[in-house]
This record gives sequence, structure tokens and C-alpha cells, in this order.
Amino acid sequence: MNKREGGGCCSKQADSIRDANVNPSSPIIAAFKVFQQELDTKHDKHERLVKISRDVTIESKRTIFLLHRVTSVPDAEEILNEADVKLDAVRQKIGLIADELRGEDIYQFHKAFTPGIQEYVEAVSFQHFIRHRSLISLEEINARLVFMRTEKADPEAPADATPGAYVLTFHVTPSDYLLGVADLTGELMRLCISSVGNGDIDTPFQLSQFLRQIHDGFSFIGNTGPYEVSKKLHTLRQSLGKVEDACYTLRVRGSEIPKHMLADVFSSRTTMMDPEEGVV
Amino acid sequence: MSVTEMFSYIQGFLSADQDVREDIRKVVQNLEQTAREILTVLQSVHQPTGFKEIPSKCAKARELFCTVKTHLSELKRKFPMEQYYRFHEHWRFVLQRLTFLAAFVVYLESEALVTREEAAQILGIEVVREKGFHLDIEDYLAGVLIMASELSRLAVNSVTAGDYTRPIRISNFINELDSGFRLLNLKNDPLRKRYDGLKYDVKKIEEVVYDLSIRGLSKEAETEANM
Repeated sequence: MNKREGGGCCSKQADSIRDANVNPSSPIIAAFKVFQQELDTKHDKHERLVKISRDVTIESKRTIFLLHRVTSVPDAEEILNEADVKLDAVRQKIGLIADELRGEDIYQFHKAFTPGIQEYVEAVSFQHFIRHRSLISLEEINARLVFMRTEKADPEAPADATPGAYVLTFHVTPSDYLLGVADLTGELMRLCISSVGNGDIDTPFQLSQFLRQIHDGFSFIGNTGPYEVSKKLHTLRQSLGKVEDACYTLRVRGSEIPKHMLADVFSSRTTMMDPEEGVV
Repeated sequence: MSVTEMFSYIQGFLSADQDVREDIRKVVQNLEQTAREILTVLQSVHQPTGFKEIPSKCAKARELFCTVKTHLSELKRKFPMEQYYRFHEHWRFVLQRLTFLAAFVVYLESEALVTREEAAQILGIEVVREKGFHLDIEDYLAGVLIMASELSRLAVNSVTAGDYTRPIRISNFINELDSGFRLLNLKNDPLRKRYDGLKYDVKKIEEVVYDLSIRGLSKEAETEANM
């Protein structure tokens, strides 16, 4: 906090002279005291939002890991229900964000919570895909982010709409949705590879079709979207390439090799592919 | 909803967003033009002849601020008011420049720091977010910091023009400003970066004051003023 590195020897003296000249009750100082408060309030809110967003990210990531296990267990429904519970907890956290943003301009603090929201979109759309084999829409995501609060601001059951209660909504912005969906494709690629490993022959083909649709969608948006979208488009192409290659292998080799050996063929092929990643 | 439908919905949203940004950019360009004009008017106070014409220059600058007001009210109509921060980046820079110019005019007129309310009033905008298009506190502070470096330049030039009392008044003013800024807990953001430059302005003005006092010029100026 030494403000006068270049000041040299007489800086201390100059400081005392300077402070002596300053009247603590001057209008400038009084004004800056007000500014101090305003800035601190703003920064505090920002910090709180960053913290909630981190929690949302972590919990969403864990949900995604959990969902990856569907390929290896017989009862997928059980895992999906467990994911539901986890996602409910994440939604409660997003409710806290909505609380903080009450009466604020959501774009003022958008940077603070956008990573968490994108991760949540990724998790929730991943679960939706596993269950319904389709893309969750933005409305469906937003419809679940409605929170009931009483005036005392403690969470209550949605059915309990007592007078004095109010509805709190959180809107995922289209760009956050888009970026979350772009991340989803990476997860789908992983799901595809691991399902082949388990001898599941249908899923890869469904996935490649779905990924192609998403890829077409992103190409349609092109560079009208935010800057990050064009960056993610590159990764999306790689994921799509891997899935398409996987389907190709399945089709070509599947007719020749007995099914139980397919997994081995496949895994050796993917390892061969990996070094090329940077070149593509 | 199919994937294609979803993406065309998002695409519609994005292109609407781009249209709004395009509109904003046009108005901001006009604002930048006017800001440059005001700056040109005010720059002439650094000329030796300009010192006598400060009031008339300020009056002219104030006239130009009327144009700024119309541009800003046009800008307000370009987007929904609750989305101020969504497009903030587009006018952030020019609003800081305009705050600086307003602050500079007010300083030249009354040698006082423009309050946030005054600055907002000169620009024809609000102070608090709830009321509409407002002057963000960080933009206001950034504008004040730009003024500080302009004043350090003014201190040097006023000595050249033979005005020996002005640097001392500027020095007092900047020192007070510096103590004000030291009250703030700034994060590591652009404002903080700009604030870090304030110490060089303070140093420069102190050097000017030092030069004046060691040669007895400040005392000479004082007695002259008293006479």
C-alpha cells in the first residue's frame, strides 16, 4: 500500500503534511466515505455470489460423474433418481443466487455466477438426455427455477402460497444455456465411449445422431453468438469426430468380430486416436 | 421441442441482441464525437492565452453538454432500462470521459470536486439505478481520476503561463482527492489500476510546488494576490 515508491526519502514527511492539510470533515472526504460503503456492499455481494456459484459448480460436476455410472449398472432409474435429489439441492443453491439478485440488475453480477449456471445447465441437460433422449429446452430449465419465499425469506413448500409470500424466479440467459449445452456434448462423447466399452451398440448411434443435430444447431448460430461459443465449437467438432469414428468402427468391425471382443478393438482404437487430437 | 427448433429460438434471441447492440454503438459514436469536441474546447486552457478565457471556455463546454444530454436520452430509448449492465461495456468508456469533462468544467469554474449528483445532472442522467439510466459509481470515480492527471498537466502549464498560485491550489485539491481514494477498498480491477496512477500525478504536482517555493515564487504570487 505504499503509494509513493518513487517518492524517495521525504515521503513520510510529505504524507504527514498532506494529511495535516486534509480536513476529515471536508465534503470530498465525506463523499468518499459514502462511496466506500457503496463499493464495499457491491463487492461483498459479488463475493457471496461467486461462492454460491462455486458450490453450484461442484455439486453439478458431482451429479455429472454420478450420471456417467448409468452405463455400468443395470438399474439406470435408480441413478437418475439419485441425480434428481442432487439437482434439487443445486436448485436450492440457485435459489440463494436469486435471493441475492432480488431487485438487482442480473447482468451487473452476471460474471460472478455464470460458471455455476453453465455447469448446472450441463448437468440438468445431461440427465434429461439420459432419461428422454432429447434436448432439454430453455423454458424447461427456467420453469424449474421458480422459488417460493415468505417475507421472512425462509424456503417453503411450493404449494404453500400464503399471503405475504412471493415468487422468486431465476432466468438462465440464452447464452448461458448455449454454453452449457456446448459442454454437454463433451459429456455425451464420454458416455458414448464408455457405453461401447460395455457392449452397448445402440447408444453410440443415437448419440452420434443427437450430437450431429447439436452441431448443426451451433453451425447455424455461427458467430452471431458470444465469443465463447465459437471457441467451444472447435471442441464440439472434436467430440463429434470421436463419436462418428466410434460408430464407424462399430459398423465396420461389428460385422466381423464377435460382440464380446468388440470392446477390446474399440479401446485400442481410441488410444490410437488420442495423439491426433491436437492436430485436428 | 426439437433440437433445431431450440437452436433457431436461441438464434432469434441472439440476432435481436445484436441489433440492439448495433443501435447502441451508433449513438455511442455520436457521444464520442461530442466528447472530443468538448475536450478540444477545454484543451485550450493549457495555452497561455487560455487562462484568461476559462469562464468563456466553460460556458461553451456547458453548451455542448446539452448535445450530450440529447444523445444520452436517445441512448436510453435503445434498450430496456433494467438491462443497463447487459450493454454497459458499450458506453462505459465514453461515460467515463464525459464524467471527466464535467468534473473538469466544474473544477475550472469553482475549484471544487464535482459531486456524483452534479455530474449526473450535467449529463442528464440519474444517480441511482432504480430510477433509470444512471452513472455507475466506478465510472464516476474513473472520470475523477482522469481529471486528476489533467490537473497535474494544468499545474505545469499554469506556471509556464505565469500563474504561480494555481499549482498550490491544485496541489491541495489533489491531496484531498488522494486521501479520499485511500478510504476506498478497491479490488484488483480497472479502477484500481487507474487509481495506482494517481500517485504519479500527486508527485508531479508536488514537484511543481517545490520548484515554486524554492525560488520564492509562491510567496511572490501571494503578495501579488493580496495587493
